[in-house]
Amino acid sequence: MENAFRKVTTLEAVMKYFHDGMTLMFGGFGGVGSPPDLIDGILDKGVRDLTLIGNDTGFPHIGIGKLVSQQRASKVIASHIGSNPIAGQLMHEGKLEVEFSPQGILAERIRAGGVGIPAILSDIGMDNEFVVKDKPYISLADKRYLVESALTAEVSIIYAKKADEYGNLIYDKSARNTNPLVAMAGDITIAEVEEIVPLGSLDPDAIITPGVFVNYVILSKGVNWKWAWE
Amino acid sequence: MGMGVDIRNRMAKRAAEEIHSGMVVNLGIGIPSLVPNHLPSETKVMFHAENGITGMGPSPSKGEEDENLCNAGGFPVTLNKGGSYCDSAISFGMIRRGKVDVTILGSLQVSKWGDLANWIVPGKKVPGMGGAMELAQKAKKVIVVMNHCDKQGNPKIVTSCSLPLTSSACVDLIITELAVFLVTEEGLLLTELFAPYSLETVVNKTGCEFKISETVRMIPY
Repeated sequence: MENAFRKVTTLEAVMKYFHDGMTLMFGGFGGVGSPPDLIDGILDKGVRDLTLIGNDTGFPHIGIGKLVSQQRASKVIASHIGSNPIAGQLMHEGKLEVEFSPQGILAERIRAGGVGIPAILSDIGMDNEFVVKDKPYISLADKRYLVESALTAEVSIIYAKKADEYGNLIYDKSARNTNPLVAMAGDITIAEVEEIVPLGSLDPDAIITPGVFVNYVILSKGVNWKWAWE
Repeated sequence: MGMGVDIRNRMAKRAAEEIHSGMVVNLGIGIPSLVPNHLPSETKVMFHAENGITGMGPSPSKGEEDENLCNAGGFPVTLNKGGSYCDSAISFGMIRRGKVDVTILGSLQVSKWGDLANWIVPGKKVPGMGGAMELAQKAKKVIVVMNHCDKQGNPKIVTSCSLPLTSSACVDLIITELAVFLVTEEGLLLTELFAPYSLETVVNKTGCEFKISETVRMIPY
């Protein structure tokens, strides 16, 4: 393959982007659609004090849950941590700060970050003390809304079914979930994919994430965890 | 009372009566997930899952699972004909835009005004709200299916929720193993009883006052 855009690379080559104290956004929903090799790479490098942004904290041994369980994160912004009891335990022990955001609003905050919008207006959870905490309100056409700030990250890690050399991506069924949004919101976005194909091999109408948003593409060794249902 | 129909399935069967052809339906985990088993085959609905599935089908048989085709709880499902996938933003766009006709959820408490508390037990369980707030606030009809009392025997239907609210004044219908309540502007209206339970039992196990419909249906199954 020509690799004309120098985006196709290796896990080893992208590891330089991960460091202590960084903000890291990840794709996936309950581990489905999370990038296994990148997560293991971050674990192996010993990166700590992460701020993780994503839908949920996976399961203790699945997806981003691995980083959470091994106490590599100091803060998580997510909609749900229930499937990872270790996350809940660390939160209660004061070892993990958790900011809960309603799931669709979290997705929209990530999307806003990814498309260059500083904040969104929301009417979700306005009667909930956790949701409204420290957030400003704004009035528009006689209605009151909550200002939900956009989210971006130093690095976004995502999982896709196929990439071409430019980083154009297509996803696999429900493993798409937050990945196209997270892809747009990283200053640097790294896609771990099941298959890398030459330019022109993907149907342009089928591409979900244009390669413009993707800086690097690495080939995945595939999911290496046992699913809860297995 | 139908032979062999257990309590959970009776509640699910009653909830299924609320679902009609053409609807978009989102089901929570637990008892709500049993509802599709009670739909007549001629009822054509699109089941919506927060993680980006419209037209979700039943669980695959063992060995047929696809790790990249799971419901919002992380368990393998299938896709019905006409189904589609989307990202999480679009999936919740459907919810907030009012395209989901019915959501059926479990709950920890529901107040007589339809306040829903199903996301947090302070100091004990803090799983996060997930997509429950959007669903509770924006689905056209919110049905709660839950046990009438908690494990300690305390009523879950109360005057005012003691647990943090997921969303206020959002529940339209409550189905428990004892009875069915409509949430009205004047508070709760008991409309149905599951045989063999009596009105007295329901009154004793409910933590708030409620009105009783002039014609109370005895649910036969």
